[in-house]
Amino acid sequence: MTGTLAIVGFGLSTIGPGTATGLIFAAYINGVARQPEARSILQPIAFLGFALAEALALFGLVLAFVLK
Amino acid sequence: MLIRSGAGFTPPSSADFDFKPIFGSTIFTTKPVFLCFLSVILIATFFILSARKAAIVPSRLQFAGESIYGFVRETLGHEVIGHEFMRFVPFLFSLFTFVLTNNLFGIIPFLQFPTMSRIGFPISITLCTYVCYHWVAIRKHGFLKYMKDICFMPGIPKPVYLILTPVEFATYFVTRPLTLAMRLFANMFAGHLLLLIFTLGGEYLLKSGAILKVLSIFSFSFAVGLSFFEFGIQCLQAYIFTLLTALYIAGALADEH
Repeated sequence: MTGTLAIVGFGLSTIGPGTATGLIFAAYINGVARQPEARSILQPIAFLGFALAEALALFGLVLAFVLK
Repeated sequence: MLIRSGAGFTPPSSADFDFKPIFGSTIFTTKPVFLCFLSVILIATFFILSARKAAIVPSRLQFAGESIYGFVRETLGHEVIGHEFMRFVPFLFSLFTFVLTNNLFGIIPFLQFPTMSRIGFPISITLCTYVCYHWVAIRKHGFLKYMKDICFMPGIPKPVYLILTPVEFATYFVTRPLTLAMRLFANMFAGHLLLLIFTLGGEYLLKSGAILKVLSIFSFSFAVGLSFFEFGIQCLQAYIFTLLTALYIAGALADEH
């Protein structure tokens, strides 16, 4: 079986951003559940946090392609 | 017959992002460059048309243009930067519309290439942001005070500076522009690559044996579903880029440091 170690490394590295995304949106859901009026206040914060966490996952993907 | 050993299918790679020049032999006449020019023409046409004959009761085009401008000005300008936000609204608005249009080219038929997936384009706009927030801070606080505030934040016990100063310095000068450019680039690169995999894979399955032809339906429908997902990601990335630019500018203007 052949493949690249880079892709295996990327697969392992998605543990972090995956957990982070789950935590961020768990906090957002909790916040909206406790106070539904806060939805529009919390939503930009949730998406900002998600984009920052996802950035790291995508660095891993891009570097896996670039540094084969 | 059912499963070949992969011969004949070359999966898409980063080579699919390189284009040959359309005329001449420089790299400045390739498809991404023309898409970039097209995006500027489209943005200018749309907003000029929407602002002409401005009426109190807006037409649909005027309402669309004003909604986008109002969104950038209020949500991204006023709320984030605060007091002196009007100076920066043209810059933020241009950033937002430029990134959004270039991203949307990734799912528009016949164009289908997000120009931000070539690293040069995110680097260029990140350079604008980088120069902007440093320039604003140096103009407001003076160069020496700005450096002192970055490296030696007030209100921290002395021994922590050993760790904090290199980290803060690296953040302001290296990490921020690097992550800003790479976030946009990586999102567009990965999205386009995914669409390529499912589309080219579906086409390859279609050319194979009978059972695999049926499976190509799933591949193509996945490509369609991913296009909608990509639309969301593209809008989100344009918003995030502009939001982070506004946040960095707000940090440069902040008084408490």
